Amino acid sequence: MSRLRISLLVLGAAIASLTALASTAGATSHRKYAVSGNLSWVGIWSGAEQKHFQAVLDAFQKKNPGVKVKYTSAGDNVPTVLSTAVAGGNPPDLASIGQPGLVKQFAARKAIKPIDFVRPQMLKYYTPSWITLGTSGGKLYGMVFKGANKSTIWYSVAAFKNAGVKPPATWTQLLANAKTLRASGTPAFSIDGGDGWPLTDIFENVYIRTAGASKYDLLAAHRLKWTDPSVKVALKTMAQIFGDTGNIYGGTTGALQALLADSVNAVFSTPPKAAMTIEGDFVPTAATVKAKPLTGYNVFPFPSILGSPPSVVGGGDTVVMFKDTPAARALISYLATPEAATIWAKLGGFSSPNKGVPASAYPDVLTRITATALAKAKIFRFDMSDLAPAAFGGTAGQGEWKILQDFLKNPKDIDGTASKLESAAAAAYKK
Amino acid sequence: MFLAPAVILLVVWILYPLVYTVWRSFYDRSGANFIWFDNYQTLFTTDTTRTAIRNNAVWVAVVPALVTAIGLVFAVLTERIRWGVAFKIAVFMPMAVSLFAAGVIWRIMYQQEPSRGALNAVIASVHDKVQPPGPLSDALPSGTQLTGTPATGIVLKTPVRPGSVALLPLTGIPPDQVPAGSVQAKQPTPQAGAITGAVWRDFKPGGGTPGKLEKEEVGLPDVTVELRDSSGKAIATTTTSGNGNFTFSDVKDGEYKTAIGSATFRQPYGGVAWLGSKLINPSIMIAYIWVWAGFAMVVVGAGLAAIPRDVLEAARTDGSTEWQVFRRVTVPLLAPVLSVVFITMLINVLKVFDIVLSVAPPSVQANANVIALAMWRTSFGGVNDFGLGSAIAVFLFLLVIPVLALNIRRFRREV
Repeated sequence: MSRLRISLLVLGAAIASLTALASTAGATSHRKYAVSGNLSWVGIWSGAEQKHFQAVLDAFQKKNPGVKVKYTSAGDNVPTVLSTAVAGGNPPDLASIGQPGLVKQFAARKAIKPIDFVRPQMLKYYTPSWITLGTSGGKLYGMVFKGANKSTIWYSVAAFKNAGVKPPATWTQLLANAKTLRASGTPAFSIDGGDGWPLTDIFENVYIRTAGASKYDLLAAHRLKWTDPSVKVALKTMAQIFGDTGNIYGGTTGALQALLADSVNAVFSTPPKAAMTIEGDFVPTAATVKAKPLTGYNVFPFPSILGSPPSVVGGGDTVVMFKDTPAARALISYLATPEAATIWAKLGGFSSPNKGVPASAYPDVLTRITATALAKAKIFRFDMSDLAPAAFGGTAGQGEWKILQDFLKNPKDIDGTASKLESAAAAAYKK
Repeated sequence: MFLAPAVILLVVWILYPLVYTVWRSFYDRSGANFIWFDNYQTLFTTDTTRTAIRNNAVWVAVVPALVTAIGLVFAVLTERIRWGVAFKIAVFMPMAVSLFAAGVIWRIMYQQEPSRGALNAVIASVHDKVQPPGPLSDALPSGTQLTGTPATGIVLKTPVRPGSVALLPLTGIPPDQVPAGSVQAKQPTPQAGAITGAVWRDFKPGGGTPGKLEKEEVGLPDVTVELRDSSGKAIATTTTSGNGNFTFSDVKDGEYKTAIGSATFRQPYGGVAWLGSKLINPSIMIAYIWVWAGFAMVVVGAGLAAIPRDVLEAARTDGSTEWQVFRRVTVPLLAPVLSVVFITMLINVLKVFDIVLSVAPPSVQANANVIALAMWRTSFGGVNDFGLGSAIAVFLFLLVIPVLALNIRRFRREV
């Protein structure tokens, strides 16, 4: 009897000590790793971008050995992959999305979780435009990690030298330069009309300068009609370039068939076939001909129109959180630091909206120019077509892309273009 | 019981997706709201989908008939020529290439710039033999003293008399296209009884003053200059030298005009816009027919081999011409085979997709749209409207059903 009792006691003590041991072991592991867990990330970055982002993730995992991040690239199919995953009830922990419209959609459906915990950091390192961009219904849902500056014009140094012109600061100078370039024998503009979206970027850059940022916001939300006089003014301004068909490389038909690489190569080749192309900071990576920065090609900011302040229209890939876990929070907080952004900046092909990233982190002079302009811009607005419903602003062959391609074909039709834009926008925003 | 695996596969991969697609087509983009037939209404009222339906109708009307006809002609001809087998292999080869790859090949061949697109390169080489491009195809008149355009020829506004000087400034000439042997342009000296002048590149870095002959501006040699009388007829021509100067000597007194004819400015051939919005549909169809003609030829060829020769011989003995034999005997006997080819092509053409996607550049995809492409673009091409996409899929499904039924009935009859 007593023996049994003793043995039971011993057993009980043994169990107690074992649990105690286990709990101390647990405590030590917690002390060792502040956070732990496995994270899955579905992102837009593929190829070299994926490799560079992996370097950022590796640095994070080194700091937090308890966390394992598995990155899967969905490339351009991010909207499809994520929509399907959300519908199927199995989203990844985190994602990076190119379309702010999709972020808003997910936020409205409560598919993504607020990330207000990162707000203090963003207030420190980002200009207010970026916080507004990520906010939906009063809560912060997205943080842009990789930005893009689309207010740049790339030019052939040789073509400018042959014509004896300098990078213009104003629209008037730009048009004067274009005339001189034509006389020198090089068409001034190479336009990627085949893709459609670069035309929307040109429109947005002209619009934010001729109509101002507040009208830009109204138009982006479709609280201003596309038949508004301000839109027509912008179209008329664009027609000063589109209408000068002799000054477009390949003429209108050539421009409408040119895709991104064609339009960039025309400027980057030797001898240059065209002098300038109005496209974002991704231009050097799009070229398939060899050209040297600074001596072969160079960049200047989109010029001011009638005294407009320096403004940047851009884009960016937004980081969102589907599952609120300490590990996910830790990763987002890490990505908000200049340290994380600097890792990718050093590897190239990256512009950070983070003001804390030192200019010296960028490997080449040109990225330094475009990236600093992006992070420091007083007036920054997100690419309007990316904010619009995809049926209007994000689909090849329809909506704004198609209508602006038609406008490139027939730049005299200002009123018709405006009303076509309005009816397409009205249909797309209704849904 | 032993049917179970097949039934399970059918249910999982065919029946469930089918029912779900129909079901989904009654919901809106978000999938939350049941909207009855709104998607179907959108389908028939939006421009993009209507273009797709119209294009698909053209495809159905043109392509199956053409493929069958071409297959028939090839099959009959290859029976008779000596290199029939080699020809058959060549025509059948495209079947080994995927439609998407075939589309990429044609997309490259269709490029407008003759230096990049094979088709236009051929046309351009012939065209430029007949009408060689001018030496200064990029040039434009400079200053205010010249009238006319490069297409019509450029004329100096003010008439000239013997002893006076004619200046013909041109711009728009890229530095690498300035002819060899050109040197600093020289201000021409007036000569009694002669008309002198200069043609030069009126441009120096920064632009210079238009119409004024300045330092750093070079003469344009070998330009043919015309001297025209008051009626506009060319009475003499001369060519310029390295410094751009030219002289018409021994000119009778009177008023003349100096001009540069349009031949100097003739553009090199620009190429046909195969991939432009006007030609894109025929262009894609040609590529598609190129791929499928081999299939039609082989199937028809097999049918041809099975035709009893004595019937043909009998017709010939009775005095029919070859055409009559073909028209009255061969074709009727081949009718079952021809209809197999035709119906197969009909089904293929109804769901044509990948070749349109790969041949048409994004800027004309709306013009080249077909139902299957519209379905894909609506569902996955950025709009991500699975509701409308499903509606298009259901519509396509309904279109294919009658043809399938026809085919099944034919199979039954044959069995």
